[in-house]
Amino acid sequence: MTQPLSGAEPAIVAVDVTRTYDLDGVSVSALRGVSLTVTAGDYVAIVGTSGSGKSTLMHLLGALDRPTSGTLRIGGRDVAALGPAEMALLRNETIGFVFQSFHLLARTTARDNVALPLVYRGVGRRERRARAAEMLERVGLGHRLDHRPNQMSGGEQQRVAIARALVTSPSVLLADEPTGNLDSTTGEQVLGLLESLNADGVAVVLVTHDRDVAARAHRQIVMRDGLIVTPVEEPAG
Amino acid sequence: MRVAEAWRVAIDALRANRLRSILTMLGVVIGVGAVVALVAIGTGTKRQIEQQVEGLGSNLLIVVPGRLDPGAAPSASTLTMDDVEAVTRVVGDRSRVAVTISSGETVRAGTRSAYASMQGVLETTPDVFVRHLDRGTYLTRTDVTTGRRVAVLGAGTARDLFGDRDPIGRQITIGGVRFRVIGTFEQLGQSLGVDRDSEVHVPVTAAQRLLGTQRIDGLAIRAPDRERIDALGSAVVAALVKRHPDTDFSAVTQEQILGVLGDILGVLTGVLAAIAGISLLVGGVGVSNIMLVSVRERTKEIGLRKAVGARPRDIGVQFLLEAVLLTTIGGVLGMALGISTALLVDRLTPVPAAVTWWSLALAFGVSAAVGIIFGVIPAQRAGRLDPVVALRTE
Repeated sequence: MTQPLSGAEPAIVAVDVTRTYDLDGVSVSALRGVSLTVTAGDYVAIVGTSGSGKSTLMHLLGALDRPTSGTLRIGGRDVAALGPAEMALLRNETIGFVFQSFHLLARTTARDNVALPLVYRGVGRRERRARAAEMLERVGLGHRLDHRPNQMSGGEQQRVAIARALVTSPSVLLADEPTGNLDSTTGEQVLGLLESLNADGVAVVLVTHDRDVAARAHRQIVMRDGLIVTPVEEPAG
Repeated sequence: MRVAEAWRVAIDALRANRLRSILTMLGVVIGVGAVVALVAIGTGTKRQIEQQVEGLGSNLLIVVPGRLDPGAAPSASTLTMDDVEAVTRVVGDRSRVAVTISSGETVRAGTRSAYASMQGVLETTPDVFVRHLDRGTYLTRTDVTTGRRVAVLGAGTARDLFGDRDPIGRQITIGGVRFRVIGTFEQLGQSLGVDRDSEVHVPVTAAQRLLGTQRIDGLAIRAPDRERIDALGSAVVAALVKRHPDTDFSAVTQEQILGVLGDILGVLTGVLAAIAGISLLVGGVGVSNIMLVSVRERTKEIGLRKAVGARPRDIGVQFLLEAVLLTTIGGVLGMALGISTALLVDRLTPVPAAVTWWSLALAFGVSAAVGIIFGVIPAQRAGRLDPVVALRTE
């Protein structure tokens, strides 16, 4: 059922994965058979219009959701066999999330926001704060440790969110429209940060509808109507 | 997640909505305060009555017609002074037997008048019951046998009729008949709002003549010691039943009276506590309601926590602790409110109040339990939130 994560196994393997939602008795297929592999050090962009299934795929890759059929292995573990608590542990250990709207806790300092994933790993307060400070230093916010989100710019908030995603040393960083709420300059800075992390060996999976952002990735996956339609050169949708 | 961490998160969440937290607590504060204060009043009243019954003197046996049964109507007395003679023979000591015939009468002295309980008694009354004179002398055996019209006044009646003047040797009239005051009692105070100092003791013979009857209401016997009290009671009842074959008689001891009173007051205290408990329950429902609102409001936060690795249990514990914290802080404040209310009532009104440890422990325990019981549903709901749905919420 569970296997240790070996160096040979890719971070995420999806084979013929489907996801069907039941909305008031009507079956809606969001994913209709997707196969995808994310290996260590990968830099993948998932593009597609809204409704193409890219968000659903993102949730599956992040172990937030389980497929209706098909096989999904994250960090060497078959997601179908895991309960909610084990899924939580898997997310904590393997995945780092970066969201379009940052999702920082409002009344909490940058340092404690970054330390949050370590709380659920049972790391002591002192060590958490030290590691959070180190991570903020790494994203260039060493001078903002005790600032709250409303005291920081959008770019700074997204960098706090990236530090939070990295603090658990995940093998995959999932970024959902990370530049969607930022102006082009700050967006560029955030992308640069993600790329430098990727250069250090973290796999980065970007979900975006911005073709310029997608073009920077090593690999593009275009989605349409719940299927992967790569390689495609013309604008998706 | 460590427990200390969960506490910190819960405290932060309560602080974030300070006004709402306080208003939510208020229901619990009032509920717990009401339980503590009402139980204190019930307990205080019970203690006061117990002290008064015990204050009558020890080894007392009270003989009344009929059965001692709370709820039963009192029977009309058929006892006469001849029966008292018979009882005295059984007891073997006249000084241990007291009788009473009582009637509410208007007592006048000059232009002043007062309503008092007239008690027709034997000269033995101060020996059988514990009564102390303030001034003058009590009735003598001669007063009783000759039906002399002399009276001993309760402290309240003496004050009403004579103010600061010395009543000894003065005339009063009861039902138009003149009596001479020969003594006054020490003050007794109130019991359950009834003034116990408005009374006039006169010889039983004089009272019977005044009321136009041969009867007495009841008699009391002081047993020589505790061991003989039951045997004496049976002997006295047997002697009376022999003389009145158609009537039941009861001989009751202070322990029995205390038992009956204790039962009644215990039920009363229980009812008061139950009524107060209902308000605590309503407070609990309020906590539950607010926690559900809080879960909905913080759906995004829950989603994020789950995304970074919080298990359903971690989220559940966080919200449960929040509810328990609300009710236990409310419980402590409620105890303070209850204690101060009880102290104020005790000091400023005639109603006695005694705060008991068990009621504090109970109130605190119940408020913590209310937090757990009413926190479970919101906590479960928070724990089971689908992270995908929660993150999507705006």
